[in-house]
Amino acid sequence: MIELHAIEKRFGKQVVLNGVEFEVREGETVALLGPSGTGKSVLLKTIIGLIKPDHGTIIVDGKNVGKLKRRELSELRSQIGYVFQNGALFDSMTVFENVRLGITDQDKYQNLDYVRARIAECIRLVNLPADTIDKFPAQLSGGMRKRVGIARAIAGSPKYLLYDEPTSGLDPVNADIIDALVQRLDDELGVTSVMVTHDVRGAFRVADRLALLSEGTIVMQGTPQEFLASPNAKVREFLERDFDNPSFAA
Amino acid sequence: MADSTTLDIRQITGRLVLEGTSQVGRLSFFVLDMLRGLREVRIWWPRMMVEAWNIGAGSLFIVLLISAFAGAVTALQTGYQFTGSIPYYVVGTLVVSSIILELGPVLTALILAGRIGARYAAELGTMRVTEQIDALESLGRSPASHLVIPRVLAGLIMIPALTVLANLSGILSGWISVKAVLPVTDADFIYGAQYYWRPWDAWYSVIKAFFFAGSITIISCYMGFNTQQGAEGVGKSTTTAVVTSSVLILVLDTVLTRLLLNQ
Repeated sequence: MIELHAIEKRFGKQVVLNGVEFEVREGETVALLGPSGTGKSVLLKTIIGLIKPDHGTIIVDGKNVGKLKRRELSELRSQIGYVFQNGALFDSMTVFENVRLGITDQDKYQNLDYVRARIAECIRLVNLPADTIDKFPAQLSGGMRKRVGIARAIAGSPKYLLYDEPTSGLDPVNADIIDALVQRLDDELGVTSVMVTHDVRGAFRVADRLALLSEGTIVMQGTPQEFLASPNAKVREFLERDFDNPSFAA
Repeated sequence: MADSTTLDIRQITGRLVLEGTSQVGRLSFFVLDMLRGLREVRIWWPRMMVEAWNIGAGSLFIVLLISAFAGAVTALQTGYQFTGSIPYYVVGTLVVSSIILELGPVLTALILAGRIGARYAAELGTMRVTEQIDALESLGRSPASHLVIPRVLAGLIMIPALTVLANLSGILSGWISVKAVLPVTDADFIYGAQYYWRPWDAWYSVIKAFFFAGSITIISCYMGFNTQQGAEGVGKSTTTAVVTSSVLILVLDTVLTRLLLNQ
């Protein structure tokens, strides 16, 4: 379980997060919605300690992330797969080496037979051709890079998956493929997922629960149905953008 | 008006002191992180070998070329200043001492500050702005042992080695050049080179190169590691890394000369 209490973060004079209360229960998929630049990615990064909040507490599996020692934080991170917005693949390494870095258990990482089998399995899970493993990130399309990023995130068999804008910058067809992939991985691997996105359509398709971040706070958390029925002005304003979009109905 | 100017100076001084102190603090933590990562030999060893090869093979030609020209110019200028009242063997002393004590290590370090320092700062800076360093951390891996230690150790090994080769290249080129302008025999040159020769000079040259290597690699990795704000930030980090390490090389040169050659 992931719990965030009273999270505050500012960069210089700009207040990005202002008392965020947020929780993710075991096995569920939560989509964190909000317009661009509202601090969704910052919030996601605080969960694994990549960004330290100015105030507030983050608890993952009962452990206070802010108080963990270096080694404990490293162990916690090995249970969390993080999918970066632009893949964040190591461009000097092949796909094989990139995905291999996701195998966080050092004994398994050194066992080449295990590594080959695990990488082949992860590449298959994200629907990439087997020969992708010999390519460099620069030889892949944007959608393929995102899928390699997902393969790297799941290579260590994590308990949690955090997706940072997995469909941003993709055309609708590729965005649908990634959404379907996220849904399938959640079902097949049984992981607990948090997906940061401003794509309402994808969020409604994938998530069990939604949360809307606006002006530094969580305005509303609830199921997709509760969101649709909400009279909250900010929720309505955010959803109506996509309700007006004919592709939403499809 | 005078009051506001005073206030401005105070504010600027205060800001500079704070910024300087904060940089020193962050640099100390950076080095501490690096020392902690030294335990992960399995991680940094293979990467260090690759970096060492890149530095050695990639920089050898330019280092030998520049030190050869430096040796030749030293010899030619020595020839220009000779009026006949000084024995010719002194040329050997001048060329060898100038190259080993100063030109070899300092020129090599300044070239490598541009070549390796810029590369390290740009590589790590790009990795920072494209979230590759964050990705390493998110995987529970230490960026220090994957990215910083291999680069710093490779520099600490290869820069002194390149300096030794630069010294040899400079001396050889000076020897050949001086024979073109003065009636100096090989025996004169060797006699002069040996007359004032102290084995400590060679150690001094390597020790200086080692300190220069530390300043180039640590400063450039630190600058790259702390890059902010996209492509512009990468450019800024790269420039700052080269300028800072070049200035530090000159400062260290003065300090080490005072400390190591103090008689």
